Amino acid sequence: MVPAITADKLTKKFGDFTAVNQITFEVKKGEIFGFLGANGAGKTTAMRMLNGLSRPTAGQASVAGFDVYRQTEKIKQHIGYMSQKFSLYEDLTVKENIQFYGGIYGLPGREIRHQVKALIEGLGMQAFAGTLVKSIPLGWKQKLSFSIAIMHRPGIVFLDEPTGGVDPITRRQFWEMIYKAASEGMTVFVTTHYMDEAEYCGRVSIMVDGRIAALDTPRALKEQFGASSMNDVFLQLTRPKS
Amino acid sequence: MKQFGIFIQKELFHILRDRRTLFILLGMPMALVLLFGFAITNEIDNARIAILDQSKGEMSQEITQRLVASGYFLIDENLQEVAQIEQHFRQGKTKMAVIFPSELQENMRRNLPTQIQLIADATDPNTATTLINYASAIIGQYVQEQARGQAMPMLIRTEVKMLYNPRLKSVFMFVPGVMTVILMLVSAMMTSIAITREKELGTMEVLLASPLKPAMIIVGKVIPYILLALANTVVILLLGTFVFGMPVRGSLALLGLECLLFVIAALSLGILISTRTDSQQVAMLISLMVLMLPTILLSGFIFPIESMPKVLQVISNIIPAKWFIIILKNIMLKGTGAEFVWKESLILAGMTLFFIGVSVRNFKIRLE
Repeated sequence: MVPAITADKLTKKFGDFTAVNQITFEVKKGEIFGFLGANGAGKTTAMRMLNGLSRPTAGQASVAGFDVYRQTEKIKQHIGYMSQKFSLYEDLTVKENIQFYGGIYGLPGREIRHQVKALIEGLGMQAFAGTLVKSIPLGWKQKLSFSIAIMHRPGIVFLDEPTGGVDPITRRQFWEMIYKAASEGMTVFVTTHYMDEAEYCGRVSIMVDGRIAALDTPRALKEQFGASSMNDVFLQLTRPKS
Repeated sequence: MKQFGIFIQKELFHILRDRRTLFILLGMPMALVLLFGFAITNEIDNARIAILDQSKGEMSQEITQRLVASGYFLIDENLQEVAQIEQHFRQGKTKMAVIFPSELQENMRRNLPTQIQLIADATDPNTATTLINYASAIIGQYVQEQARGQAMPMLIRTEVKMLYNPRLKSVFMFVPGVMTVILMLVSAMMTSIAITREKELGTMEVLLASPLKPAMIIVGKVIPYILLALANTVVILLLGTFVFGMPVRGSLALLGLECLLFVIAALSLGILISTRTDSQQVAMLISLMVLMLPTILLSGFIFPIESMPKVLQVISNIIPAKWFIIILKNIMLKGTGAEFVWKESLILAGMTLFFIGVSVRNFKIRLE
């Protein structure tokens, strides 16, 4: 089976600074791949190269079978993307946001009408349908944002720190949504710095200073580092060796 | 194409739901035109003057009457002695004093050179000059009438005709100027803010990661502002025409096309600004400092370019507004056609292409 994402010595330099340094990995179809790292480790830069927002300096990569140098337009048609800021329009209503994103992803009108209904009911947001997004709670925004990112049934969805600032219960509900999407065959590429969330992932990679320092299942990583939790693994990797 | 329509619809929602900004955008042109038209004016109406009549004759009476009858002047006070003049000016009661010498009547009768003194308050130099000019003209005309039939030394009279704006109404100057400033403001500042807002909110990232082409995103964001700017143009023209009697002597279609050209030039400047910054605040500051100030000061809107220092005259050439004001005055006041404004139009079009070119280049560098 063709992997959903492959990266081979993928590198990004800004002047003299190497933000992403020869990272190599593969993500299988339907996998939940956790992309971990401290702030500034290069997670977002790596993700931006994969979803066509930024051009790599060196190395190879493909997403959904398309090359990140020459076929970014093809890639964009096969991915969903949820940025750190949830990326909904605050001065549009819930319904209008769904209609807008459905529209720019080229869904036919009938499908958009269906999705508006299905999405709002699925999230239990009937009461908010006509409310401006700026006046709904953060947890709802985040779940809505995710639903919108996968509304056009992309093969791969990129989530950039999707759970920043929301409460534990909502985070749990959010991960249930991610599991459901993965069980339907969607590949999920998620960055986070909540280590408890890393335990939910199929495999995780941990980035330190632009390099991938470790990559395996959470269980294997814990055994390898003799740690009781992913938190310990992370601290062992990121803390300077004494 | 359908995606494009949805995009523009979303953009219209943004504009229509931000009531305060919309109110400012639509209200400001009206306020500015009315303000410039009624309040800020170079025209002299009922300026207060003082008269010191030392001759106490019928000539000085007649001249005074002429001054008042012109509608420009209003007699504030009849002074009794020279010492009062200074005091009167200091109190700010009067703009100009007219002093008739005691020998006025006698000299005129004997055809001897004689002098009437005009003293003006030059703390406001423009008004002072205008007042003196008006008064001199009125007195000069009176003297000529008196001298008729008498043997006169060689005399050259200047016959003055003010073309295109015979009554020297300042509104004729302000309407094109205000129109330029407003179009620049709406087009450049609002688009640069609208684009940087999406960057600040993080929605730009998502749009760029979507199948929408970057060019389509920019054009989609800009189109509603073109409509808004053109609506403002219509409002300003209507106000100018019906409230202030500003003529549009040339072709309306040509005028519309030129406005569209200038709007696109300003929009491309707005896009250029938005490629240089990610913050709405900075975009607004750049728009105000780099665009608005030169547009107001160096375009010939308020200060004539001819009387600027050479350096500023050269700089004024790179201000799009300068060319647009020339075009507007040509079409509206002189009624000239495309054959007289094609050079200026070409310059504007060239500037637009340049701005768009630089924007595209900046955009690509950012993606690297």
